[in-house]
Amino acid sequence: MEKTKEHTEPKKQAPKAKEEVVIAIKGLKKSFGKKHVLNNINLELKRGENLVILGRSGTGKSVTIECIVGLLKPDKGSIKVFDNEVVEMNDKELKELRMKIGFLFQSGALYDSMTIRENLEFPLTRILKMKDQREIDKKVKQGLDDVGLLESIDKMPSDLSGGMRKRAGLARTLVVNPEIMLYDEPTTGLDPITSREISELILNIQKKNKTSSIIITHDMECARIAADRVLVMENGEYIAEGTFDDLHKSKNKTVCAYFNDIL
Amino acid sequence: MAEETTIPGWKRWLEGIGDQVEFIIKFVRNIFTGGFEWSEFIRQCYEIGYRSIMLVGITSFIMGMVLILQLRPTLVSFGAVSMLPKTLSVSFIREIGPVIIAIICAGKIASSIGAELGSMKVTEQLSAMEVSGANPVQYLVVTRILATTLMVPLLSVLGDAIGLFGGYLALNLRDSMSFSLYFGKIIGALDFSDFLPALVKTIFFGFAIGFVGCYKGFHSNKGTESVGIAANSAVVTASLWIFVIDGIAVQITSLLFYK
Repeated sequence: MEKTKEHTEPKKQAPKAKEEVVIAIKGLKKSFGKKHVLNNINLELKRGENLVILGRSGTGKSVTIECIVGLLKPDKGSIKVFDNEVVEMNDKELKELRMKIGFLFQSGALYDSMTIRENLEFPLTRILKMKDQREIDKKVKQGLDDVGLLESIDKMPSDLSGGMRKRAGLARTLVVNPEIMLYDEPTTGLDPITSREISELILNIQKKNKTSSIIITHDMECARIAADRVLVMENGEYIAEGTFDDLHKSKNKTVCAYFNDIL
Repeated sequence: MAEETTIPGWKRWLEGIGDQVEFIIKFVRNIFTGGFEWSEFIRQCYEIGYRSIMLVGITSFIMGMVLILQLRPTLVSFGAVSMLPKTLSVSFIREIGPVIIAIICAGKIASSIGAELGSMKVTEQLSAMEVSGANPVQYLVVTRILATTLMVPLLSVLGDAIGLFGGYLALNLRDSMSFSLYFGKIIGALDFSDFLPALVKTIFFGFAIGFVGCYKGFHSNKGTESVGIAANSAVVTASLWIFVIDGIAVQITSLLFYK
């Protein structure tokens, strides 16, 4: 299959307020053993933008966002978040940066030994160092109400369904008001109705909190609902970029393959 | 995702040693930096200590009884049945009690810590804690290692007492000895040099159990199979360390107290 770089102009001109770049990646390379997972990745995320990265499993989507938060160290390249070079950060600087970034894991990654309330209290008391229990309670209830899970506040994660766990994970991430959200396959393993709810929730979060987000997915419905801009990834590099509608009209065979079954 | 590369065994072994040293340094650094997680530490003391009492109690009780029943025929042939309490107390307090209880704790505690942290890694909970800006070493590792270091000696002392009581009951199955005489003989037979080295080595046993459990869990691979491997490896390694520490402790005790 021929893979040519295809850059389509965004459908709508973004307003000036959205032009500030919050994440800038240049020449990112990452290998595991002899396998090159990321090959010279360049990416920019603008303030208030929802950027969806589409791609098949194993193409390096998750590795990209794990490099952004410093969970993985890239072999080569630069990752700047709010103009700070992540690759050169020490543990303390990385910890401070991570307070501004929310990361929703594929499984929700709720702490199994804690109730949902304790899961949300954890970042408030450990990261924001909040001490006032009434203030903590208020934030926890508000956070759960935002994702429609207030009635499950005292349940254990094992008592929740997959979709509820993802919403609880999202509430835990949002409770500290991050400026950037990174979603790792937020709708994987969910039924179409719940997937749609999560996708709409992502869109609402962007509108309400003015967050900038990178959404890793292979769910086209999620991309259609949530994306301002879409990047298509194949074998560790980007092969197409544009709005959802622009890419839908693409002539590139690989890009077309993603859009075949929809619209 | 990662492709298997052939790394020589000796290199992997050295890397493992390096990782363990780094893990100990992280543990020590995190005891003194940042806030101590008191609530999690107390929860772990409850889970590790209180929830092991029944197992340790039953095992020690049976061990005390069995030792008396096994020792009796030999001592009878020497006409030294009255020496049973002394023989039992010295062997139980110095060696059998601490080691058996530590092995039981390695089986129960090291495996449960290894499996818990291993499954937290598989389900990305450790990564979630790390990317949120919280410190997983401070919250999970420091509390668990300190809890085992405190609880294993306490369980050992309790196990010793229950084992000696088991011995008293076993002794009275065939012979007759009053409770006060039995414990009077035990207290008379024991010395500071019997009790203190045994207690000190259980502190090291506790540390080894907690450390190995946390290390194996933290360094497990991704995948459900690795949770079982982490738990199994934690028990085997912790048990091995208990015997190594015991060997060293006996040598040091011999040099210091039994010249």
